[in-house]
Amino acid sequence: MDAQETKMHGFDYVFDEETSGFGEPSQAPASESGHGGQTLLQRLAVGLVAVGFVAAIVQIATGKWLGTMPGFLMGVALPAVAGAGYFIESYRHGPAGIKNNGVFFGSLTARGLAGWIAGIAMTALYVMLYFYPSYLGYVPAIWGANGLEQEALVTGGLVKLVEPLATALGVTTSQWFLYGVLYTGSILVFGVRTAMRYRHNRYQLVRTGSVMFFQTIFAWYLPQLLVRFNQPYVEFNGVWPLKNNYLWPEKASAGGELLTGGSLGPYLLGFAVLGVIATPILTYFYGKRWYCSWVCGCGGLAETLGDPWRHLSDKSTRAWKIEKVTIYSVLGLVLLTTGMLWVDYLMTGNKYGSWSGEMRNWYGFYIGAVFSGVVGVGFYPLLGSRVWCRFGCPQAAILGILQRVMSRFRITTNGGQCISCGNCSTYCEMGIDVRSYAQKGENIVRASCVGCGICAAVCPRGVLKLENGSSVLGEERMSS
Amino acid sequence: MHVAILGNGITGVSAALRLRELQPDWKITMISGESTYHYSRPALMYIYMGHMRYKETKPYEDSFWEEERIDLVRGWVSSIETEGKKLCFADGQQLDYDRLLIATGAVSNKFGWKGQDLERVQGFYSLMDLKKLYESSEGAERGVIVGGGLIGLEMAEMLHSRGIAVTLLVRESSYWNNVLPDEESAMITEEIRSNGMDLRLSHELEEIVDGGNGEAVAVLTDGGTRIDCQVVGLTAGVSPNKAIAEASGVPCGRGVLVDWSLKTEAPDVWAAGDCAELVNEGEARNTIQQVWYTGKGQGRLAAESIAGETAVYDPGIWFNSAKFLDIEYQTYGQVGFRLPGEEHIVWQDKAAKKLFRIVHISGRLVGINALGMRWRHKVAETWLREDRDVDYVLAHLHEAGFDPEFYPRLEAAIRSSLKGQLAAQGGN
Repeated sequence: MDAQETKMHGFDYVFDEETSGFGEPSQAPASESGHGGQTLLQRLAVGLVAVGFVAAIVQIATGKWLGTMPGFLMGVALPAVAGAGYFIESYRHGPAGIKNNGVFFGSLTARGLAGWIAGIAMTALYVMLYFYPSYLGYVPAIWGANGLEQEALVTGGLVKLVEPLATALGVTTSQWFLYGVLYTGSILVFGVRTAMRYRHNRYQLVRTGSVMFFQTIFAWYLPQLLVRFNQPYVEFNGVWPLKNNYLWPEKASAGGELLTGGSLGPYLLGFAVLGVIATPILTYFYGKRWYCSWVCGCGGLAETLGDPWRHLSDKSTRAWKIEKVTIYSVLGLVLLTTGMLWVDYLMTGNKYGSWSGEMRNWYGFYIGAVFSGVVGVGFYPLLGSRVWCRFGCPQAAILGILQRVMSRFRITTNGGQCISCGNCSTYCEMGIDVRSYAQKGENIVRASCVGCGICAAVCPRGVLKLENGSSVLGEERMSS
Repeated sequence: MHVAILGNGITGVSAALRLRELQPDWKITMISGESTYHYSRPALMYIYMGHMRYKETKPYEDSFWEEERIDLVRGWVSSIETEGKKLCFADGQQLDYDRLLIATGAVSNKFGWKGQDLERVQGFYSLMDLKKLYESSEGAERGVIVGGGLIGLEMAEMLHSRGIAVTLLVRESSYWNNVLPDEESAMITEEIRSNGMDLRLSHELEEIVDGGNGEAVAVLTDGGTRIDCQVVGLTAGVSPNKAIAEASGVPCGRGVLVDWSLKTEAPDVWAAGDCAELVNEGEARNTIQQVWYTGKGQGRLAAESIAGETAVYDPGIWFNSAKFLDIEYQTYGQVGFRLPGEEHIVWQDKAAKKLFRIVHISGRLVGINALGMRWRHKVAETWLREDRDVDYVLAHLHEAGFDPEFYPRLEAAIRSSLKGQLAAQGGN
C-alpha cells in the first residue's frame, strides 16, 4: 500500500509549542460526563442546589427558620441531596469509562478564575473555622485562671443552621460540629461523583465506598455517640501521629481525657494503641493504601471533593525533593513533640506540658491548623488534592517508609506496553512520575504512593496493576 | 566521535539514551524541526481532548537532556551530504557528523484524492497536525474521517470530545476488519455507533469539495453522497518518511532500506523505526514495523550497531495494544495473519464488552486477542515462545490476568467455553 505522495511536513513550521502551547478551544468541549448539553433533571438538580443555598443565606441573614429542622432540611440537606443527584444524572447517560475530556480547559479544574475563587472560598472557610468561628455564628467558651469565664455562645450563622442535626443526635452544636457536617457531607456528595465517574472500575467503586463508610460511621457518627453518652471524643479511623494527641499525655496519660473521661476510656485508649501496632502489619500486606486511600478522613476528602483537582499536583523532581524534606521534618517534629510532652509529664505531671507546652501549641497551630487544614484542603483547586498527605502528614511518612522497605505492595508494569503518554503521571495526586518507571518496564515502589489506583485506571494500554505481591509468578518474575 | 540523530521521536530518543549508556564520551546531537524536546506521539490526542497539556506529554524533564549530555537542535534538515558527512538545514546552517541515524518516522498516506491538499484537510501524526486541527476544528460542526484504522478512530474520538459530529468513511465492510477478526470488529463497530458516531462502512472517498476559497466544505463518497463538513481527516495509514534520505541518495524502497543491523548502504548512516525498511533475503517481502515498541527496540539496536557492537534486530514476539473509545485491546503473537491451518476459539460477553480469542494450529498456541480485559504480557509471551498447547494455556489462564483488583474473575468461564470449542474442533 504505497502512498503516491509522501510530502514532507513543510519547513515553514516554526511554532513554539513550549511557550505558546496549544491553549483552550473557544468551542466549549462536551461536558466531563462525555456528552454535551444539560438534561432536564440536571437543570432541576442545579436549581434545587441554588434554592437550598438561597434558603441557607436567607435564614442566616434574617434569622427566620434558622435552627429549625425544616430550615436545616432546606438549607443543608436539600443542596446535598440535589448535588449528589446532579452527579448521578450527569454521568449516567454517558458511557462508563475514563472521562477526562476538557479537564485542562475548565476554569475550575485548570487554575482558571473559577479555580482561584474556589480556592479562596475554601481557604476562607478554613480560616474562619480555625481562627474566627464568630463569623460562622459561634463564640467559643473562654477559660481564664479561675476556670470558665464565659460559656460558648451560638449566635447564628452556619453553626446555628446545623444545630437541629446536633440536637437530633443529642449533642451540642459548635464550629467543630459544623466542620464535621460539612466534611462528611462533602465526602458523601462528592463520593457519589467519584463513584459515578469511575463506575466501570470496581476497585474505585469499592474504595470510594470504603472512604464514605469510614468517614460517616467511624469518623463522624460514632464519635457523636461517644459525646452524647459522655464518653471521651475519639475518631475511630484516627491513628497517632496523624491524630497526634491520641497518644499525648493530655489524652493517653493516667490523668488524661481518655482514662478520666468516661467508662469506655480504657477501651478507647486500647484502640488508639492498637491502631499504631496494626499499622506496620497491614502495611506489610497491603501497602500504605489500606489507610491513606481506604480509611483516612483526609484521604477520603482528597479522593472525593479533591478528585477534580488531582492532576494539579507538581510532578517535578524539585517537588519530590521538597516533599522528602518537609514530610520527614513534620514526622521529626511530631516525634520530638510527643517525646517532650511525655518527659515533661513524667517530670512535672502537667499533661499539657510546661516547658514543652509551647512546642505543643506551635505544632497544633502551624502543622495541625495551618498546614493540614488551611493549606491542605483550602488549596485543593490550586495545588491539587493531596498537599497535606504528600508534604506534611507524619502518618503518611511512617506508612511510606514501611511501604518502601517492607511491603508486598507495588504497582506492576506490564512488559513493554507503555507508550509514555503520561496519563498516569498527570493524574497521580501524589505527584509521582509514574511514567518514568512504566516506560522502563520497572515496578513502582514509592513511599508516597497511596494506592488510589487512578494511574492504572487512566492508562490507555492497560500497563499498570496494583498488586500485593501474592502472585503465583513470585516477586522476581513480576519485575520486568 | 559525533553521532547525529535525525528525529526526536521514540526511536531517536531510544537510540540516544542507549548510545549514551554504551559510549559515555561520544558527542550526541538529536535534531528535530517539530519540537525541541521529545514528546510522546501517542499522547497528541490527549492534548486536543484536554486530558493533558503539551507539557505533560514530555516523558523527561527538560533538564534531563543536559544531564545526559545529549544536544538538542531544533531545525528542519533539508538534505544529507553522505560523502561529506554533513546535514544541511533549510535555513542554510550545516552540521558535521561522524555517524548518522535517520529516525524520521512516517507520514500520513494520501492516495491522490481530488481535494486532498485543500485547507482543513489533514492527517494526524505530528505537532504540526495537532496545531492544524486546533485551528481548522474551531467552530466546526462536522468532521469526516477517511480510513478505518487506529488513527482514524482517534481523530473521531478527538472531534467527538469537543462536541463536533463525526462521520467515519471506512472502505471495509466492518471496522478495521483487515486486522481484527470478525467478532472483535463487530464489537468495536458497535462501540463506535453507540457513542453516536456516524460510521459508514463499505464507503470510499471520491472527492473533497473545494468551497471556492481553497477550503474543504464537503466530501463526496463513491456512492455519490455529499457530506457537508468543515474538517476532513485522512487516516488511511502511514508510510515511511523517506523524503530527505531519498533525495540525498540514501537507497530507499518503500522506506529507507537497511540490513538487519539497521545500517543503510550509505557510509556511516543507519535508519530505524517507522522510516526504516528491513531488507529480507530472497522472496520474502521486506519488513516495515511501525508501532511504538518496535521503534523503541530498533532505536536501541541501532545505537548498539552505531557504537560498534554486533547487533542483529530480533523483532521478538509480536504484541500491540490500543484503546477503542472505552474498549481496551491487546494482541499477542499472530492473530489476523491467516496462517495455513489456523483455527480460532473465542469467548465473548457482548454486554460487558469483553472478548478473549485464541488462535492455534493443531492445538498449539499462535496468537491471543483480548478486548475489555488486561492480560500479563510476560506470561502470554512465554506461552508463545515456549510453543505451549492450548490445554496448557487454558489451565494456566489465572497466571495471566492483569485486570485491577475486585474485577470479576472470568478465567473459569473462559476456560470452560474454550475447552468445549476446542473439543468440537478436535472432533473434525
